[in-house]
Amino acid sequence: MDTNHEQHTKARVRAMSDTPMLEVRNATKAFGSLIAVRDVSLTVQRGELRAIIGPNGAGKTTFFNLISGFFPPTRGTIVFDGQDVTNLAVPERVKKGMARTFQITEVFPELTVHENVRIAVEVAAGYALRPRLSSSERAGVDHAIDDLLERTRIADKAGRLVGELAHGDQRIAEIAMALALKPRLLLLDEPTAGMGEQETFEIAGLIRRLHREENYSIVLVEHDMRLVFHLADRITVLAEGALLADGTPSDIAANPDVQAAYLGHAA
Amino acid sequence: MSATVMRAPAAQPLDRHRLLVLGLVWVILLLCPFWIPFIGGYTSLGTRILVLGLAAMSLNFLIGFTGIVSFGHAAYFGLGVYGCGLILRYVTASTPLGLVAGMLLGGLAGTIIGALITKRRGIYFAMVTIAFQQIFYFIAYKWNGLTGGFDGLRGFTRANINLGFANLDIIKNDYVFYYFVLFVFAIVAGVMGLILRSPFGRTLLAIRENERRARFLGINVERHIWLAFTISAIFIAIAGGLYALLNNFADPSSLYTDLSGELVIMCVLGGIRVFWGPLLGAAVYVVLQDWISSHTVNWMFFVGLIFVIVVMFFPRGLLGILRRRSEA
Repeated sequence: MDTNHEQHTKARVRAMSDTPMLEVRNATKAFGSLIAVRDVSLTVQRGELRAIIGPNGAGKTTFFNLISGFFPPTRGTIVFDGQDVTNLAVPERVKKGMARTFQITEVFPELTVHENVRIAVEVAAGYALRPRLSSSERAGVDHAIDDLLERTRIADKAGRLVGELAHGDQRIAEIAMALALKPRLLLLDEPTAGMGEQETFEIAGLIRRLHREENYSIVLVEHDMRLVFHLADRITVLAEGALLADGTPSDIAANPDVQAAYLGHAA
Repeated sequence: MSATVMRAPAAQPLDRHRLLVLGLVWVILLLCPFWIPFIGGYTSLGTRILVLGLAAMSLNFLIGFTGIVSFGHAAYFGLGVYGCGLILRYVTASTPLGLVAGMLLGGLAGTIIGALITKRRGIYFAMVTIAFQQIFYFIAYKWNGLTGGFDGLRGFTRANINLGFANLDIIKNDYVFYYFVLFVFAIVAGVMGLILRSPFGRTLLAIRENERRARFLGINVERHIWLAFTISAIFIAIAGGLYALLNNFADPSSLYTDLSGELVIMCVLGGIRVFWGPLLGAAVYVVLQDWISSHTVNWMFFVGLIFVIVVMFFPRGLLGILRRRSEA
C-alpha cells in the first residue's frame, strides 16, 4: 500500500510539473533507401488529445510505431514523461505507462471478453508468472475487470468469445485491455478503421469520455476527418513522411498547405 | 454492477460442463482394466495408452495451450526413458528414484534447449526441435557402453514399491502397475490443469491467441515460452520414465523422430484445444495400432488413412465438439 501511495504522490507531483507527456525530437525512420518518416518532432501535453492525420502513405503508422516502440527510429529521440525511451523495448514502455491498440484489432479471439480483460489486468498487476493468487488478490482482479467492463460499456458481452463479436465491440474490448494497463498515454491506431456509422459513433463516444472525463492523454491516428476535428485538441499533419502542420483544429482547417496536400492527393 | 450480475449465471453452466467431463474421464480411467478386454485389449495396453496419452498431453501443453509446435519432443520423452532405465540398471532398484532421475534429465535438457530456441517461431522452431532431438538420438545410439546403443538398454526391471504398510507388486501384477501409472498420471495431469488455470497459464493462452497483443500487454513472451517448454519437457520426461518401467527396456526409438510425429498425430487426432483430447488421440492410436498390426504389418497405412479421415471431417479433432462457445 505504501509504495502504491508513494507512486500516486509521485505521479501527482509530476502531473503538476510542466514536463510534456510525450516529446518526439527529430525522428527519422528509414527502411533501406525509403525514408518513411523524415525529421518529425511533436510535443503532447498532459491530458491532451492529439490526432495525427495525413494522406495515404504520409508515414502516420510508421511514426506511430516509433512512439509505441514497435521499432526504433533511425535517428531522433523519444521522451516519455521526461524519460528517454528511444531504445526501450515494448514491455518496458508498457511498464512506463504507454498502451496501444492496432489498426487491425489485436485481441485473443478464442477467449471471452472477460478473459481478455482478465489477462490484461493480471499482467498489469504483475501476476504474469504467478501459479496462484490469494483470495484478496483475486477479488482485486475481479473488481478491476468489472470496473473496466463498465467504463467501456461492454459488460453485457462479458461472456462472449471476442472472435464472435462485431468489429466495433472487438475494438472496445481491445481498448478495455489497453486501459487495464493503467496507461498514462493511450495510443490508438485508426480506432474506427473499417467500421460502420453506428460503431464509429460508439467508439468516438468512448474516446471522448476517456479524454474529457478520465483525463487520459491520447495520441490517435485517424482517417475519419469528422472524428478528428470533433475530438482532437491539436492536430499534427504529416505528408510524404515530413511534418506539414501542427496546430488546433481551426488552425489546421484554415491552413492552405494542408488543403493543398489533401486536394493534391485527391486530384 | 451489471457485470457482476451478468457473470454469475453465465459462468455456471460451463463449470458444470467441465465437472461432467472431468467425472466421466476419471470413471473411464479408473475402470479401464475392466472394460478394455471388451474392445479386444488387455490391462498393459491400457497402461500404454496412459503413458503415451500423458506424453501427448505434455506436448499439447505447448501445441494446444501455448500455440507453438515442437516436432522433437521425443527427445525429452526418450531422456526420461533412459534416465529412469540407467538408474535402475546401474544405480539402484528403486522405481521412484528412476522416475525422478528421468524427470530431471529430460527437464534439464528441456530447460537448456528451450532457452536456446525461444526466439524461433513456426516452422523454424519445429526444425530446431527436430535437430536437437537427433543429437540426443545419436548420443544414445552411439554410446554403446552406457546405453546399449542400437540394441537398447536391457537388464533392468521396475522394482516393487514398499509403502511401509503394503508392498505394491507392480512387477508381476498388471492391475497394480496400471493403477500405479494412473496415480502418477493423475498427479501430472492435475498439476498441468492447475497451471493452465493460473495467471501464468492464462499468459500462455494469450501468447497462443495473439503474440503481438501479448507482447503489447507487457508479457515477456520469450521467457514465458521458455518456461512452457521446460514445463512440457518435465511432464513428458515423467511419461518417458513410466515408459521405461512399462517395457523394462530403454529403446533408442523412444528418442526418434517417428515418435515425435506420432505424438503430434495423437494431439491432432484427439483435438488440441481440449485438455483431454491428446489422451483420446493416444487411446485411438494405440488401440488401432495394436488391433491392425495383429492383422497386417502395413498397419501404418490404415492408421494414416484414419488420421486423414479424422482431419477432413473433424478438423478440430475427435473432441473438437467440446470446444468453447460464447457463454451469454
